[in-house]
Amino acid sequence: MDIPYTVKPRPDTGLYNGKLGMWLFLASEVMLFGGMFSAYVFLRTGAPDWPRGADVLNVPLATLNTVLLITSSMTMVMSWLALKLNDFGRFRRFIGFTILLGIGFLAIKSYEYYDKIQHDHLPSTSVFYAIYFALTGLHIAHLVGGVLVCTWHALFGKKLWLAQPERFTNRIEVTGLYWHFVDLVWIVMFPTLYLT
Amino acid sequence: MTSHDHSDSHPPRQPFWQRYIFSTDHKVIGVQYALTSMVFMFAGFMLMVLMRWQLAYPGTPLPFIGHLLTSEARFSPPGVMLPEFYNSLGAMHGTVMIFLGVVPFAVGAFANYLVPLQIGAPDMAFPRLNMASYWVYFLGGVIFLGSFFLPDGAARAGWTSYPPLSIIETPGQTFWLAGMFMVIVSSLLGSVNILVTIIQLRAPGLTFMRLPFFVWGQFITAFLLLLAFPPLQAAAVMQLMDRLLHTSFFIPSGLYINSAPLEVSGGGSVLLYQHLFWFLAHPEVYVLILPAMGIVAEIVANNTRKPLWGYRSMVYSAIFLGFMSFVVWAHHMYLTGMGTTISTFFQTTTMIISVPSIVILTALVISLWGGSIRFNTPMLFALAFLPMFAIGGLTGLPLGLAAADIHLHDTYYVIGHFHYVVAPGTIFALFAGVYFWFPKVTGRQMNELLGKIHFWPSLLFMNGIFFPMLIQGLHGVNRRLYDGGAFYANNQEVLFLNKAMTHSAFALAVVQLPFIFNLFWSIWFGKKVGDNPWDATTIEWSAPSPPVGHGNFVTTPVAHRGPYEYSVAGAARDFTPQFEPERV
Repeated sequence: MDIPYTVKPRPDTGLYNGKLGMWLFLASEVMLFGGMFSAYVFLRTGAPDWPRGADVLNVPLATLNTVLLITSSMTMVMSWLALKLNDFGRFRRFIGFTILLGIGFLAIKSYEYYDKIQHDHLPSTSVFYAIYFALTGLHIAHLVGGVLVCTWHALFGKKLWLAQPERFTNRIEVTGLYWHFVDLVWIVMFPTLYLT
Repeated sequence: MTSHDHSDSHPPRQPFWQRYIFSTDHKVIGVQYALTSMVFMFAGFMLMVLMRWQLAYPGTPLPFIGHLLTSEARFSPPGVMLPEFYNSLGAMHGTVMIFLGVVPFAVGAFANYLVPLQIGAPDMAFPRLNMASYWVYFLGGVIFLGSFFLPDGAARAGWTSYPPLSIIETPGQTFWLAGMFMVIVSSLLGSVNILVTIIQLRAPGLTFMRLPFFVWGQFITAFLLLLAFPPLQAAAVMQLMDRLLHTSFFIPSGLYINSAPLEVSGGGSVLLYQHLFWFLAHPEVYVLILPAMGIVAEIVANNTRKPLWGYRSMVYSAIFLGFMSFVVWAHHMYLTGMGTTISTFFQTTTMIISVPSIVILTALVISLWGGSIRFNTPMLFALAFLPMFAIGGLTGLPLGLAAADIHLHDTYYVIGHFHYVVAPGTIFALFAGVYFWFPKVTGRQMNELLGKIHFWPSLLFMNGIFFPMLIQGLHGVNRRLYDGGAFYANNQEVLFLNKAMTHSAFALAVVQLPFIFNLFWSIWFGKKVGDNPWDATTIEWSAPSPPVGHGNFVTTPVAHRGPYEYSVAGAARDFTPQFEPERV
């Protein structure tokens, strides 16, 4: 038994199954983060006073993190492009950069967390810190998942690449969609939490 | 079924655990969902039977099993349940019935088994994801039911888990949140799978307007599950943080519990949780109803031997219903103090959403007109669905009006209303579906006489349970009274109904025995039937009964026409299947 359109796109929808599945999954992710962002708005509009993000959070570090993530999205696309150009070595290099940039983001973020906890700014301190840790924590969990999947492709992808190159290229494309989404969430989260 | 030889990597005979336990075949997973959810549904029903005893005979030890119940945390003296235990029965009855029973049955079982067959696909789009979604659901169910064995028992903050009660409650609530997290992940995986399957794997010629209405119902349902559940997941994460990390998302400033201030930062909002919860839980109502409407539509068209009346308007209504269900949630919150302006908005949208449901129901009723109706067991259940769902829907209209809600909210009227929608509504449709598609699953038909013995008393006792609730509710009996109102000065004149409801519930449990017996007996001893015993038109009936192990169909089906070509003028038979080529 072969399930149709696992590799080749269906002519009338123009999509292969995995890509459509990822888009739908991302739609639900929008609702997940949307739910939490609306909680942020709801809590902030109901609060008698709310700290300015720039006064309590580390804006330079978060700016650096934003640069890292945007760069990682570029290297992610480059790794997919390398597969399209039939160059597996180049793919490995670029997905390696992507993983390193992701880990760099996580390292800086852990320092920020460490700094907050050192100063007794815990989730239980105030609603601001509660929603700060919840939003960034959810984002970190997503990024960790992305890093793990990319590492899996980098280490164990060769076998599938040799057997079914198109299928492997599709997997990288779909992984990329997820990676860009996680990047995009940060781009919304950064001004919301740090700059307003 | 012959051992069909396919050119794939699977050996023809797999070991038992691979074929029936960790299978990736959508049919096996569908049956796993069906059996598991039926067990959960029966367990949820039994929780209610225990509660009903307490409501009709408050302070009296439970009969037969009372002397066995000696746990001091739950019963005192032996056999008389404590209010805390009653509360956890209530919370878990709602949770188990909705999240482990009806939705996994309507979506997990029916969509999994039938959607690929009705669209002529060899399997779901992602078979391994499908298996994962079943096992995550199963794990969630184990966590939910396992929490009954905690020292302080299961969650008891209601199926809605409103804070601040849910945050200061016993550890059962943490298990509730963990179980809910599992169920949400499972339904997310399942809904992505169903959507991709319907969009990508339709057989050649099967355009969207040729899809059976059942597939449309599941399509909209999957969208609702995909988009409505994540906000509850966010709320569950925040409630978990409130419980474990002592944040204050849902705890307002200056809250006192037992005359002592709660030692947290405060600054949160209880209404925030309610908004996030009902943003899921209102679309969830349509998750319960749309698959049921789909099942009933198939059975009505088949047994009236007529096309569905107004197929297109039904499809457009279902789509509109799906959209509107996202903007009515706060009609559950009229009396929370969120303000009359917001109430007015949600009152308007609530009145609008009743229109498409009524269009679908009316189309189904008109479909009966002039048909030569076959009154077999599936049709009886499907026909009973129509007035039962109508009672459920129409009793909802007064609840949708903020002014009427002042009197009706939190009374038994509300309980009567939504149980009419789900119990004699959706669950009857699910029974109809089981009787109707059983021949496809097993190659044998369920016994008709036992089916009728199951149907008629079930119809009687369902109404015996839920109609008195409407009467009590209109008198103002509160839904949350542990003794059914016995020590409450008001409304003593309607309390005799408590006994009628309780006896109906016991009787309802008893008349499910013919169904359970019939289900298992017919697997081995039912009447053998062919591939298309009901002379139906949709594609699943072109597959062998049961369908071929991997791949379903012997040859890939092609759709030549719409789904309900019954009694076509000039045709040789009174049904012209979708899958049969045009005869010249």
